[in-house]
Amino acid sequence: MTTSDHPGHAPSGTDVVLEARGVTKHFPLRRTARDLVARRRRSVHAVDDVSLRLRRGTVTALVGESGSGKSTVARLLAQLHPLTSGEIRLGGEPAVAGRGRSFRRYVRRVQLIFQDPFASLNPVHTVRYHLTRALKIHGRAGSGETELEQNLADLLNRVQLTPPQQFLDKFPHELSGGQRQRVAIARALGADPQVLLADEPVSMLDVSIRLGVLNLLRDLKERLHLAILYITHDIASARYFADTTLVMYAGRIVEGGDSERVTQHPAHPYTQLLIASAPDPDRVVAEEDQEETGTGEPPSLITPPAGCRFHPRCPKAMERCRTEPPPRFDLSDGQWAACWLYDGAAANGTEPVADPATAKEATR
Amino acid sequence: MSAEPVLTISGLNVDYGTDAGAVHALRDIDLTLNRGEVLGLAGESGSGKSTLAYAVTRLLSPPGVITGGEVHYHRPGGDRVDILSLAPRRLRAFRWQELSIVFQGAMNSLNPVHTVHSQLTDVLAAHRPELRKRQRTERAVELLGLVGISADRLAAYPHQLSGGMRQRVMIAMALALEPEIVIMDEPTTALDVVMQRQILRRLVQLRRQLDFSVVFITHDISLLIEFSDRIAIMYGGRIVEQAGAAEIYRDPRHPYSDGLLHSFPALHGPRRELTGIPGSPPHLSAMPTGCAFHPRCGKAFDPCAGRVPLLAPPADGPGRAVACHLHS
Repeated sequence: MTTSDHPGHAPSGTDVVLEARGVTKHFPLRRTARDLVARRRRSVHAVDDVSLRLRRGTVTALVGESGSGKSTVARLLAQLHPLTSGEIRLGGEPAVAGRGRSFRRYVRRVQLIFQDPFASLNPVHTVRYHLTRALKIHGRAGSGETELEQNLADLLNRVQLTPPQQFLDKFPHELSGGQRQRVAIARALGADPQVLLADEPVSMLDVSIRLGVLNLLRDLKERLHLAILYITHDIASARYFADTTLVMYAGRIVEGGDSERVTQHPAHPYTQLLIASAPDPDRVVAEEDQEETGTGEPPSLITPPAGCRFHPRCPKAMERCRTEPPPRFDLSDGQWAACWLYDGAAANGTEPVADPATAKEATR
Repeated sequence: MSAEPVLTISGLNVDYGTDAGAVHALRDIDLTLNRGEVLGLAGESGSGKSTLAYAVTRLLSPPGVITGGEVHYHRPGGDRVDILSLAPRRLRAFRWQELSIVFQGAMNSLNPVHTVHSQLTDVLAAHRPELRKRQRTERAVELLGLVGISADRLAAYPHQLSGGMRQRVMIAMALALEPEIVIMDEPTTALDVVMQRQILRRLVQLRRQLDFSVVFITHDISLLIEFSDRIAIMYGGRIVEQAGAAEIYRDPRHPYSDGLLHSFPALHGPRRELTGIPGSPPHLSAMPTGCAFHPRCGKAFDPCAGRVPLLAPPADGPGRAVACHLHS
């Protein structure tokens, strides 16, 4: 759920392109002798009960620390792993990609961009090869040499690698990091997708060129009406770049809403910790005099804590947090948080919409 | 703060390679670290910031060569030590004892087959041979306590610790002999923001407690502004601007500093327009003539492509320095 309407009764609107409903992924661990004796099967609870919607022409940011499961969400949405449970819907239809042709049909509409453009391009092939292959696989190469040439030039123009002739016959090592990432984006656009899943697209790039790539993605969103999932650990860039922001912690989404709202008025204690920890040149209080923002580390996902997964670190944890996982509670302006603090009247200054039935429904 | 220097670098030049194909990684670096301050060193990949750290500690391995310049360490008493001409034995004593370094990526710096205990006491055994075994262990416990790790982790191997704990063990190790200077090369880049803040907060407390000076190297300028007293910004192997952290933030003089500051989205306050910097950082083997930044600079004019601007105080700002023709 990424925008203001309530998931309980809102049908998948026409602008929702890709939707995850209660998506869960557990990676089984190899069983050790001790596991066999104890007759148990252990698994990593990488993603639990994640629901989100990607809309045409919007950027949705998924923010979390490393190990929070945000990359796994991208891979699940790209159908690179089978789901443990839950459902992924593309254009309102349940989508199970499987293999071969049906997978290809799916990836034509949903494309993934990886973090490391140094690894995602084949070093022995030119830009022309990478892009031609994408076009051919997705049947968009056109008929004849000139049409292909035109399509290649269009792709490079779209990612602002101009003039295209200058880049087509280059090898990846001849390009800078930013240019490589642009080629990777052009390759994704070769499928003419509706959804781009960008997994930390700028974190490997130099600081001064990150912004150019982010601006490019925003520009593509506007011109091609793409639905973009922007996965990042940098919540400040989510504020700048995304329309809506979701915050993930230990495999669950804990808060969501309009980016400005979530970053300026974080509701969930974890989001508050994340924002208090981000570097901020405007911070006026001297470091030593600040109150402790929080300690501890994310929990093991093999044996995640019962109840709210943040409760062992949470300064506001209550008895209930240790046993019952909190559902989503809607706050004002389309913001929501999965935190018992906002249960009913406890929500201060915001309208509680804590109808437990719909709230429960929302997390399903 | 009294501006008493503890480390002075002057005219330092470093090349990679010695033949005709040598690239100049550092050129004419002048930099002073004052006692008790945190000096931030910012720059992108290839700007030479890590090379500087390695050159100053004489850890630069071939093909890196120091081709010129001087590095002096000033003892608290006042006598100067020329680091670049120290004999190997003196150098070994100097390193870690007076100047220690925390490397980027603690996972690679700790030995995976030794426990934290053996690695911490190893430092002490090498530099403080007079200590008994029990005293070494006591000191190791004390050091772990400094960085907020409980004593029961002494027996742990690095893989049993989280990334944040490993990084804190590295910091503890760097502080083992109470050095005057700690160089930190991207100490928290591999960590999450929450852990990053915990570690840096601890470091700030320790610095106050133990009174050492820090050279803090990172590409994250918003982090530097918050944590350092003074900042030097590097580009293409040279320092292009040097000033107090607040001055750089409020009033950057070099167009590159300005561009860097406008590349970071702000978390609070009004949403500023972000401009970024066009183009990408130069490669060392193809450094532009004149000012290395001029091909990406919006304010470049005639002399920029021809002459290298010198790092000098601008007319209206003593106490800071900028290398830009706009200000000379």
